[in-house]
Amino acid sequence: MAIRKKKNRDGEEPRRPRGRRAPIIELDGVTKVYPGGHMALDRVSLGIGRGEFVFLVGPTGCGKSTLIKMLIRELDATEGAVKIAGRDIGALPEKRIPQLRRNIGTVFQDFKLLPNRTVYDNVAYALQVIGASRAEIREQVPATLRLVGLSTKLHSYPDELSGGEQQRVSVARAFVNHPPLLLADEPSGNLDPVTSIGIMQLLYRINKTGTTVLVVTHDREMVDNMRRRVIELYEGRVVRDEVSGGYTEESTSEFGLRMRAEMGVGPEGERHTNGHADHEGLE
Amino acid sequence: MGRLVFFSQEALRALKRNGAPSLAAIVTTVVTVVLLGMLIPIFQTTRAKSEEVRGELNIQTSIHADATKGEIAELRDQLQALSHVASVEYISKPQALEELRETLGAEESEELTSALNHNPLPASFRITPDDAANLAGIRAAIEVDQGGGKYFSPIVSDIFDRQQAAAEIEEVTGALRVVLTVITALLVLASVMLVGNTIRLSIYTRRREVEVMRLVGATRWFIRWPFMIEGVIVGFVGAALAILVLWIGKVTIVDPLGDTFPFLAAQNSSTLGFPAMVAILFSASILVSTIGSGVTLRRFLKV
Repeated sequence: MAIRKKKNRDGEEPRRPRGRRAPIIELDGVTKVYPGGHMALDRVSLGIGRGEFVFLVGPTGCGKSTLIKMLIRELDATEGAVKIAGRDIGALPEKRIPQLRRNIGTVFQDFKLLPNRTVYDNVAYALQVIGASRAEIREQVPATLRLVGLSTKLHSYPDELSGGEQQRVSVARAFVNHPPLLLADEPSGNLDPVTSIGIMQLLYRINKTGTTVLVVTHDREMVDNMRRRVIELYEGRVVRDEVSGGYTEESTSEFGLRMRAEMGVGPEGERHTNGHADHEGLE
Repeated sequence: MGRLVFFSQEALRALKRNGAPSLAAIVTTVVTVVLLGMLIPIFQTTRAKSEEVRGELNIQTSIHADATKGEIAELRDQLQALSHVASVEYISKPQALEELRETLGAEESEELTSALNHNPLPASFRITPDDAANLAGIRAAIEVDQGGGKYFSPIVSDIFDRQQAAAEIEEVTGALRVVLTVITALLVLASVMLVGNTIRLSIYTRRREVEVMRLVGATRWFIRWPFMIEGVIVGFVGAALAILVLWIGKVTIVDPLGDTFPFLAAQNSSTLGFPAMVAILFSASILVSTIGSGVTLRRFLKV
């Protein structure tokens, strides 16, 4: 795939919302029906430009994870086209799929670290299995671990780390070969609020290097704080797509209504009226 | 090169983690290869022996000890008169003993004759047919009852051709071969399945690694190689141990026996050399384990 080459040129202008070239993610009438007949996604169309930082929110079972899996071609769309960098990945031959995945970093709620390997080896593993040279590994791994703030824990094992640290290792592994696109599926689902903010700051820092970041989350506070584009799914449909939303945004979605009722969100929760938030405040 | 090191490290790591099933697979492979290592020489010697026997195409008629010289000369003429007989050779009692000495070896026949203290062998005529296909016809002509007994001449005590001996040898060894082949086939199957089982467990214990490899974009074969190598290591170690067992068996049992029984030694020389056997067994074992892991990967490793 040619995404990496293009990324470097894109690097000069990292957060251009819609470039002249094809958006990095483009869904065109994507429907996913599972063999049991359950419709996980219902004619979803959306586009995410290069360098964007996007939240994907919605209740459990709304199709968020299905969408992520389709982006890495873990699942095939029943109908419609999923395009990465302008290319329909549904038409990609089987043996090109690894190549696609090398261009997409993935972070998950459960970290997916290898328990019998050190922090360094976990990150190096991602490079080893795509056939990187030793020199590359020796250069990239410490640099990436420094970026995520773990340069003092190179030789620790995952079970010796806190949850937040483990997630940082997982982010480092996803980013070590500098993919142009990073998908994070509930990256802070297992973490406390303070640690979550740390992870979000890290993802934001990665976004600033030019990598497009798509974060699936339930974390209302985080979405509020970051003031980025929010796409909300509900029962397999896009019900909201706002460039600088907050989770507590007035919306017609049932989920939004329920959340407000549940959390008893008052007027102070309506900070979205600030429009473009001062995301720099996170730095 | 770097990759091979990586694959081998991964394979060894997996073998260590699955100690017990790996050991079971190795032990089965050892048993299979040992049996195969015994089967191959047995096949070869029995086939060589029966072919050798069949190659000596003649009929022998032994003669009653009380036959007179005149009767023997008459029999010779009768035999030569039969159609399709190329030559008739008289073998006297001392000649027969001499021939036995040659086949058995000096020491053995010395023991035999000294134990009996007389020559037990009968005199006989060796009849060579003009063509192997006529052997049965000549035999039928001799086996004609003319009042005096079973044969056309009263002084003939017995008739046998080596074809019959070959058939008997084949009958006995054939059964042995079938039994050994069945056992070996079952063991090969068990090896394939146990190697497969080891690999399956390895896939299970390494499912995290496999998941991570897929996520970061490792190619299908990059994920498979460590498992294949794991299977090949099982096959290699199994074959090496089996060959050690076979070698010890050869040196301590077969070779000394060959010294005392020339019969065994003669058969040994007609079989494959030991290095060739080692090569065959190694390749067979590695082939079996490769099949075992390949089949399992195809079924259980979805990448």
